[in-house]
Amino acid sequence: MDLHLDHLSLVYPDGDTTLTAVDDVTLTVPAGTTTALLGPSGAGKSSLLAVAAGLTRPTTGHVAFGEEVVLTPTTGRAEATRLRLDRIGIVFQSPQLLASLTALEQLELHAHLRGRRPASVRGEAMSLLDAVGLADQAHRRPAHLSGGQRQRVAIARALVGRPDVLLVDEPTSALDHERGTQVVELITRLARDLDAATLLVSHDASTLGSVDAVAHLVDGGLEGARAAV
Amino acid sequence: MFVALRDLRHARGRFALISTVVLLVAVLVTFLSSLTAGLARASVSALTDLPADRLAFGMAAPGDKPDLTSSRVTQDQWQAWSRVPGVGDAQPLGIATTRATSQGDHGTTVAVTAFGVEAGSDLAPGGGPADGQVVVTRRAADALSVAAGGALAVDGAELTVTRVVADDAQLSHTPVVWVSLADWQQVGARGGGEAPLATVVALTTTGRADEASADGAIGTTTVTTSAARSAVSSFTAENLSLTTMQAFLVAISALVVGAFFTVWTISRQGDVAVLKALGASTGYLLRDALGQAALILVGAVAVGAGLAAAAGSALAAVLPMVVSPATTLAPAALLVVLGLVGAAAAVARITRTDPHAALAAR
Repeated sequence: MDLHLDHLSLVYPDGDTTLTAVDDVTLTVPAGTTTALLGPSGAGKSSLLAVAAGLTRPTTGHVAFGEEVVLTPTTGRAEATRLRLDRIGIVFQSPQLLASLTALEQLELHAHLRGRRPASVRGEAMSLLDAVGLADQAHRRPAHLSGGQRQRVAIARALVGRPDVLLVDEPTSALDHERGTQVVELITRLARDLDAATLLVSHDASTLGSVDAVAHLVDGGLEGARAAV
Repeated sequence: MFVALRDLRHARGRFALISTVVLLVAVLVTFLSSLTAGLARASVSALTDLPADRLAFGMAAPGDKPDLTSSRVTQDQWQAWSRVPGVGDAQPLGIATTRATSQGDHGTTVAVTAFGVEAGSDLAPGGGPADGQVVVTRRAADALSVAAGGALAVDGAELTVTRVVADDAQLSHTPVVWVSLADWQQVGARGGGEAPLATVVALTTTGRADEASADGAIGTTTVTTSAARSAVSSFTAENLSLTTMQAFLVAISALVVGAFFTVWTISRQGDVAVLKALGASTGYLLRDALGQAALILVGAVAVGAGLAAAAGSALAAVLPMVVSPATTLAPAALLVVLGLVGAAAAVARITRTDPHAALAAR
């Protein structure tokens, strides 16, 4: 299912004036592809991601999955939360794993949040851990995993339940170039395998060789047309 | 409880610490509760267990607070009460704290409360004794080393023990002995003015007696036998002190639990933001956090209350302890409920956690 960002704007009050974090962004990410959102620090990349995830309400515009409008300026918090649970996977800048849960439990948590028995997704969770090369680390807690392993667990966690959309925020910021490239390749491959429309925020173009398209964000707005890599 | 249970396992040191604190408070509160009930029993059981539902006090001035020490009722007042509509039975009851001394070479003197009742009165277990006789409780008999048929001097009056009863009636922490009303006149009817018949009139009401009007006409102050506890001056002070201690302990417990979960919730704000960003509802997170608090509270309080009940039962022979559901389960339930209130106030900040914070690196 394609991800459509349609004339999205996000304006914050800033003292007596306002600050435009996202400025009339229109962007489509086809299902099964990965689009990287590049831009300097403060360009509004993470703000746009937050709007696409329903973590922040847009000031204008809307987000649609396929033909279905799912997020608008009037979408309620509970509705957005449910949307994230059911249809959006998020990979954060740092892995943000829960310290008390093993790698497998990080993935099983998704089923629990949906009111299902954690064991009901154990097969899928193990497959995903296998896909990110961590099947043998399934019962380890984050403290016993390396930084790269934690990030890969976070990627697997975002894909439990086969979300329609995968949103990834600076996944390589704490990794060296080689590992960063591998992580982006992993995300691109899994997004294709799982047919998820993936929007990946990054500030490092050198790791983006595997993505399907790149969009440049400057001062909250898209610069020029999307470019195929 | 998916995350809560795993947090409990993962941070077992911190949770063991708060569980121990709650457990110790539960031990203290439950033990105090049993002790308070035991002391209350030793202080007023002879009054509250009377086979009567009201006591009419004869105070110096109408409206004075009932007080056993200064109350005196006359023959006229007793007879007037027996004629009040709605009063099924009115019996004079003399009450006086005095000394009893057993006879023999090794005579023992013990403080007792002498209840003066009419011969055959049901205010004494098995019926009131005749003149020259005394009925004693097992506690008094053991303290005085006397048995039925033995002799006892109550405030100098030589009496014969006719019965030793199992009833553990006590007043102001002294065992009760029952004597005839005539003997009580010798033993306890002190004070000037008109010679009192007794201390109070014990009433058994059968219908809606107009007590206020009767009190006004007769010159007495009538209260229920339960309310008559406050007429024992030591009871009020003793009970208030112990109850205040319990109240403070329960409040402290709630505050400690609240403080712990405030710190705990603040320390996991990042996790809460991530969980919200992943799609956890605020309701789910609150249930998870409160479930965790409930597990700790119920577990620690149950163990603490159980330990206190066991200790109370073991010490019942040397301490005035009453171990019952009321003295064990009631304070335990109060600790759990108020602890949950404290925890709820602490975890309420979960509702204010912004999932947007999950996007920040940490």
